Parts: sequence; C-alpha cells; structure tokens
Amino acid sequence: MRPADLEALQLRRLRETLERVGNVPFYRELLAREGIRPGDIRTLDDVRKLPFTEKQDLRDGYPFGFFAVPRAQVVRIHTTSGTTGKPTVVGYTAGDLDHWSDLIARNMTMVGLTADDVFQNSVNYGMFTGGLGFHYGAEKIGMTTVPAGTGNTRRQIEMIDDFGVTALHCTPSYAMHLAEVAEEMGSDLPSLRVGMFGAEPWSDATRAELQDRLGVAAFDSYGLSELYGPGVAFECQEQDGLHIWHDSYLVEIVDPATGEPLGPGERGELVVTPLVKEAMPLIRYRTGDITMLLEDDCPCGRTRRVARFSGRVDDMLIIRGINVFPSQIEHVLMALPEVGDQFMVYVDRDEHHLDEMTIEVEIKRQFFSGELADLARLQAKIVRALRDALELRTHVRLVEPGSLPRFEGKARRVVDRRGCL
Amino acid sequence: MAANEYIIRQISVFSENRPGRLAAIAHALEEERVNIFAFSIAEASGFGVVRALVDHPARAHERLTKDGFNVAFTDVIAVRMRDEPGGLYEVARLLGEAGINIEYSYAYSGPDGAVLILRVDRPEAAIAAITAAGKELIPSSAFA
Ligand SMILES: [Zn+2]
Repeated sequence: MRPADLEALQLRRLRETLERVGNVPFYRELLAREGIRPGDIRTLDDVRKLPFTEKQDLRDGYPFGFFAVPRAQVVRIHTTSGTTGKPTVVGYTAGDLDHWSDLIARNMTMVGLTADDVFQNSVNYGMFTGGLGFHYGAEKIGMTTVPAGTGNTRRQIEMIDDFGVTALHCTPSYAMHLAEVAEEMGSDLPSLRVGMFGAEPWSDATRAELQDRLGVAAFDSYGLSELYGPGVAFECQEQDGLHIWHDSYLVEIVDPATGEPLGPGERGELVVTPLVKEAMPLIRYRTGDITMLLEDDCPCGRTRRVARFSGRVDDMLIIRGINVFPSQIEHVLMALPEVGDQFMVYVDRDEHHLDEMTIEVEIKRQFFSGELADLARLQAKIVRALRDALELRTHVRLVEPGSLPRFEGKARRVVDRRGCL
Repeated sequence: MAANEYIIRQISVFSENRPGRLAAIAHALEEERVNIFAFSIAEASGFGVVRALVDHPARAHERLTKDGFNVAFTDVIAVRMRDEPGGLYEVARLLGEAGINIEYSYAYSGPDGAVLILRVDRPEAAIAAITAAGKELIPSSAFA
C-alpha cells in the first residue's frame, strides 16, 4: 500500500470512528463541549483537535458506559486488572474478534510462523486478553495450539518436549522461570525456535539471555486490553523496534506532562486512536507507555516502527528529584554477569525526609568465591554501575540465589513505601 | 609429604543476615551426620559468609547446595598451637616474618589441643614456613 493510500484509509476510518463514538454518551458530551463535529476532521493532523481519553474515563464508565453498540452485539468481555479501584471492561463485537485475531495472525506470520508450527500459549487465560487473543490468532494461522496457561512449570516443559512445541508466548519473567526449571530438569528444549514475550517491558540483555537459554529468537509483543489486547505492536525478524499496523491504529507520541506532540526520535507517551474497533471505539487513548517513533525505515520494508517500550508514565519513580524507570535498573543489572535474573526495588523515605532506593539482587552461584571480601567488592561494583546509569546513589543488598520472588504474569518489582510512614 | 597434603577444604556458605539461616545450615549438616570442628561467621552489611571446617566437606557441600544454599570450597591450613598464652602470637609472628598475609583466622580447641585455622594469601609458602619452624600442621586427610 502506498503512503498516500494508507493515509486516505486512516482518515476515512478516523471519521468512521468519530461517527461510532457518537453512540457513547461520554464522547457525545465531550465533543459537544469542545464544539467538535466529525466534519472538522479534514486531515490526519486534525486528530490533535480532539481531546484525549484517559484510563480514568474508562473506569468511570464501569461497566458498559463505553459500549457504542447495543449489548446484544457484544459477544465477549475482557477486563483489565485494576490496581486501584474498579477494573476496566472491554467489549468486543464478532467483527472486533475477527479484526483482533487477524492482527495477531499477521504478527505471528511476520516472525515466520505457519500452520506447520506447534504453539504453546503460556499466559493466563480468562479475563486477561493475552490468553484468548493469542489463542485465536494462532488458530487463524492454523497452528497447532496448546492452551497451557500459567503454572505447573514442570508440566509445561514436558509438554514442550512431548508435543514438539516450536513457538512459545508468555511474559519475559515467566520465560526466565521456564528456562531455570528446564535447566534443572536437564532439558534444553530442542524443538523451540520462536519466543514471543509481552505484557511487561524487558531489556535487550534479557532478550540475549532468553535467546541463549531457551534457544529461541525472541520477539517483543505489545498491546493493551483497551486496544483489543496484544497485537497492537510487534517486532519483525529484524528485532529492532516494533511495527504498528497503521491501517488499524492511528499513533501519536506526546509529552506526558503537556500533551504536546513529539516528533520521531523524541521519547514520550504513546497515544492511540484505534481505527477499526466497533464495540468500544476510543479517541486518542493515553496508553501510559513510554516509547518513541523511530526515524529510519525498517530493512524489512514494513511501515514505521516505535522503539521498544521503556516503562510506564506512572511507573516512573522520582527519587530525590531524578526520574528513574525500573527498566533502567534492569538494564544495568542484566549487563552484570555476576547478577541473577531477578531483582526488587524498595523506595523509602529516611528520617531526614530523603528518598532512599534499595535494590536487592541475587548473585549467581558460580560467582560466589566463598570470600566475604569478593562479595563486598561485587556490591560496590553494582552500586557504581547503578550510579553511573541513574546518576543516583542507591543501596544494594546481595541476597541468596532463589530467594527473590519469581513472577508469573506481570512482575511487581518496585515497592514504594514512601506513602506509608 | 607434599605441601598440598596440608591444604584443607573449608566450606563457605553465603548467607543473608536473617533469622534461622545458621540454624538451617547446622540442621542440614546434622541430618547428614557431618561433624563441625569449627566455624566462624563473617558479616558485611546485610549478608555474611558462614565458614566451617567439617569432617566430610564433599557431603556437606552437596547437601547444602541441594537445600538451595550458595556454597564454595575455600583453601585453608590448620596449625596445632600450644594451648596457652602466646600460642597465637607465635604463629602470627612466624607468618609475618615470612611476608605472608593472613586474610582471616579462627580457632578451635579439641581433645588433641588447640588448632588455628588460617586463610592466607600464599598457602604453599605458609606451609613451608610453618614446617620449617617445626610447628605441626593438620593434614587434610583428617577432614575427609
Ligand atoms: Zn521490520
């Protein structure tokens, strides 16, 4: 598709989306208040005239306030886990499910999967969109699909070996756990060749380690339930940034503080207007995820990419006035060979009202020499590496291997205790 | 007897400073019927190393590793001391004069008298100096 044709398609679908949101009282009132009519949108840049939609708006509409179709046309409901207050409900028409599984199928085709592959989906089924989303996408390709879910890791490894599973989808932290358990069980998972990991940010160092330990090519998968679920953005075989299907999503990057648009190469918050959603169309949805548009074209020839995600607007910690993303900490730790895969971050306020950040790390067994002095040297080395990257002095605690929590599903590595004095 | 006959494998266990870790180590060794001749704990901020001289180092290493502990062998030497004032000074002075650095040491007192366990930077040189001074080293065969 030529760029001009794509833009014409996007504009037509943006206008259709504006018509559809007219069925949602929230948008009807919002657009009336702002004095915007569908006819005001003449170019794609005119999208900036439209107001943002925030996560809180969706919460306020609980349960069905954002449905743009009669409930009888909604064939499925998912919810997003609400860390505070009520969850957010997402509805799908039959057409939505078809679009969504089509997007996932495109992504899996992009990384070289076909009907010949055996696919194990090791994420939570149920209300989380990652389970059924990938499941139907894989079946659409005709892959042999194993709905493994999470938990019972030893059984998961047996299935990979017994069924000759070639492709795996799970969270990167669960993938790390699978690798650990497989090594304990003495299996090097010979059939696996493709890993698709998502639902939490992960670093290039984690990619290198997962590729090495699981024997896969590892691809980053991005999505969120409000925009169907996984499948919004996905890496191609270049493994350098994520492609977005621009026929289905209109993408902007904005400054999280001001909402002003940012250009390619400038890091900010991803804002998405889905272009084909029927049951729950949204306008300029603020994802809370931090990325940037990449300036150059991908060698694979597909449309414009975004950089790998580097944290959440609301995960951003402000420690003594310095912005810190947990992903930066992970990046530093994964570059140190002596340090294990897991870590925890604790933020406290000391008696002088100063912020203190403590990072717990496991040392890898083979790096324990038996000498206390070597451990102290390693501790100092980690403090130094963190200080260089974060421009912040931190406390580092070395803990016994295997003692930190392993996460299945979304990892919660940051505990901010500044509120609870 | 070759010098390495006197190099003894100490068990070193990485341990966080939290309640019950030492008890867990001791309990595991008891279950394995491993006898602890001596041990010491070295602490830094938040973590430490438990050092132990035991009669079956390989068995202790295997069991503690199986229990999830991070375990390493460390080479030490053991010198029999006069169990009276000045015994420690005598050995320390001897090594000091030979230019050998003591990284750490601890002692135990058994039925055959007092034994000083030493972690030194150059164990072969230490063995030579101690033997030359006519002091008695405990062979590693006593701990296997
Ligand atoms: Zn590409």
